[in-house]
Amino acid sequence: MRLSRRDFLELVLAAGAAGGAGLPRRGLAEAPKGRDWQGIPEGFYDTPPKGNVHLLHFSDIHGQLKPVYFREPNVNLGLHDFRGKPPLLVGEALLEHYRLERWRPQAHAFTYLDFEAAAEAYGRVGGAAHLATAVRRMRAERPGALLLDSGDTWHGSGPALWSEGQAMADFQKRLGVDACTGHWEFIYGDRRVEELVAELEGAGTEFLAQNVLDRDWLEPIFKGYTLHERNGVPVAVVGQAFPFTPIANPRYKIPQWTMGHRLDRLQQQVDQARQEGAQVVVLLSHAGMLTDMAYARRLRGVDVILGGHTHDPVPAPEVVEDAEGGRTLVANSGSNGKFLSVLDLEVRNGRVRDFHYRNLPIFADALPPDAEMQSLVEAAYAPYQERLSEVVGEVDGLLYRRGNFNGTFDEILARALLEGRDAEVAFTPGFRWGPSVLPGPVTFEDVMAQTCSTYSETTRTELTGEQIRAVLEDVANSIFNPDPLLHRGGDMVRTAGLRYAIDPTRKMGERISDLEIGGEPVDPKRKYVVASWADVQQPQDGPQAWDVLAEYFRSRGTVHVDRPYVPTLKGVDRSNPGLERLA
Amino acid sequence: MENAHTDERRRRILKGAMAASGVGAAVGLGLLAPRRALAAWHEESIMARSVDKGLKAYLGTTEFERSDGVVIDAPQVAENGSTVPVTVESSLPDVRSITLYVEENGAPMTSIYEFGPRGQPYVSQRIRMADTSKVVAVADSGGKLYWNSRKVRVTIGGCGG
Repeated sequence: MRLSRRDFLELVLAAGAAGGAGLPRRGLAEAPKGRDWQGIPEGFYDTPPKGNVHLLHFSDIHGQLKPVYFREPNVNLGLHDFRGKPPLLVGEALLEHYRLERWRPQAHAFTYLDFEAAAEAYGRVGGAAHLATAVRRMRAERPGALLLDSGDTWHGSGPALWSEGQAMADFQKRLGVDACTGHWEFIYGDRRVEELVAELEGAGTEFLAQNVLDRDWLEPIFKGYTLHERNGVPVAVVGQAFPFTPIANPRYKIPQWTMGHRLDRLQQQVDQARQEGAQVVVLLSHAGMLTDMAYARRLRGVDVILGGHTHDPVPAPEVVEDAEGGRTLVANSGSNGKFLSVLDLEVRNGRVRDFHYRNLPIFADALPPDAEMQSLVEAAYAPYQERLSEVVGEVDGLLYRRGNFNGTFDEILARALLEGRDAEVAFTPGFRWGPSVLPGPVTFEDVMAQTCSTYSETTRTELTGEQIRAVLEDVANSIFNPDPLLHRGGDMVRTAGLRYAIDPTRKMGERISDLEIGGEPVDPKRKYVVASWADVQQPQDGPQAWDVLAEYFRSRGTVHVDRPYVPTLKGVDRSNPGLERLA
Repeated sequence: MENAHTDERRRRILKGAMAASGVGAAVGLGLLAPRRALAAWHEESIMARSVDKGLKAYLGTTEFERSDGVVIDAPQVAENGSTVPVTVESSLPDVRSITLYVEENGAPMTSIYEFGPRGQPYVSQRIRMADTSKVVAVADSGGKLYWNSRKVRVTIGGCGG
């Protein structure tokens, strides 16, 4: 995309305005329900179409067909070159950066601020039927709009897991997704993925992944890109699956597939699409927003990157310049069905001249459910409703997961593992999926949403003190690496029984210190009993994580929600815009 | 014990070479001088415990310079440390051999490839890596040694958001 400096500034301002400041300030549709939170204004979803190419985008629904709560993090650190840069902004710093007003629906959608009260005021977010209404409305105003899904759609709820992704593929078909890519999709194994991909393709939904190749012959497994002629403009969509799937998830489920960034191949796909006449090239990515921005700097000829994986919703896209001065818009739409991005492009004389973007929060109370999608959701739940509705216990505080170091739900899960598997230390992976639960009853459905996968068996093993340290170092080296191309996503592994200090700014092998187990300094040579789950190396046969967690609730009735344990943080100043209210 | 270990290593190397001939485009096409490559075992180089010792034993020198004429392609992060795909090619003239090392492996030398006069200096194989390490390739170009390296990370895995 070629824009003058002045155009560019104007566009950024326009995008900022569209993102929030331009919303009507008076004439609220209803009285505020929360303390100071303002109601959703009339016309909140009015988005007059502009331009001639329209893209609708969502990501990381993680099987959440019904509306949920999802608290954004208060710790999402940007380090080195990325300190204070999107998407690594939280709370007030995020509002300030995007000039969003506090106490408005947007402020609630994009931040953790005053979460419980705001969640009470605005209600649940997402839900297939409510998202469908938003999509239908945007499409009616934008004939020829392309609907793109960055993946992590098939996984994350009981119905998604027990139907081996079928419930979610049905959702994608009904919604009319034009193209999608994948990551957690691959946990169902190569054969099941191929089955569902064929089914989607038959319904006009393309599964695109230029970087999934045969391990021996490096031949592509899926289509790399497709060309869509929309309103007279050829638009190419190139798919990039999560590059580290065979490392971050069980390789044995997809033994013959290899991934990686494959940037040379990606560039070839872009060039080829251009040669075939594409006037707009969109990269549909599941690499994480920081990695997407690194891609934008390296690739040539990509106009837009719409991505997911790191679950970072942005109110406005980043405009990233490549080595030759070309500009790429990069946006991530967030997770759990909470957002639908609407990107209008003005394409004239074969080039993108202007853009208008909004990342619309999907407030279930403000968008009536689409009847057809609603019945699809009910059908998907029907076989499992009884099991999912079981109230396993009650909590006296907010349960949430997201955050670099810990969340209240993971605190409970780690304790449940420690107790349930009778260990000295518990590890629970820093997954970013899993909705939040307001104080009150906790259902088996909530438990499944934190733990479900095709490899959720718990483990009980012995690790030396040195091995325990190595685990922490390895994970930290992925999350906090100065090179975004080495980020595997996820947050720091959560622990129980173990305390430590971390300096995320240091190098591999130097970040973790002051380890203590049971109040004693860790002996590097001694073996400790460690409970964990979601082992990626080989199939396990321990009790499922959801059963261990559910049993923890059942055996207690009411569970007190404490401040989650977070390691001692070193080397990061308190004014980091990705850090607020660290306990 | 020592012999058993050596045999096991030989078998592994042989297996590596076989895999390479299946995978690499040019390697299996008679461009490699098979008699020399497989008959001469270069026992001392293969069993050496350091890159320098391996080179010295095989080529009689450790004097070499870095060159962009040796190009290594390997993943930044290995998907599986047991089988890391690596290709080496060289644009240098008169390449007689390419040797490949994994610096942090107990016995760093993984393979020796010798080329006939019309050989294309391109090799592709899977190597086994115990830990994150530099992968080093050394090309003998007309009697002078040139090298390049690439870091490959071996990780514990898991924890993908």
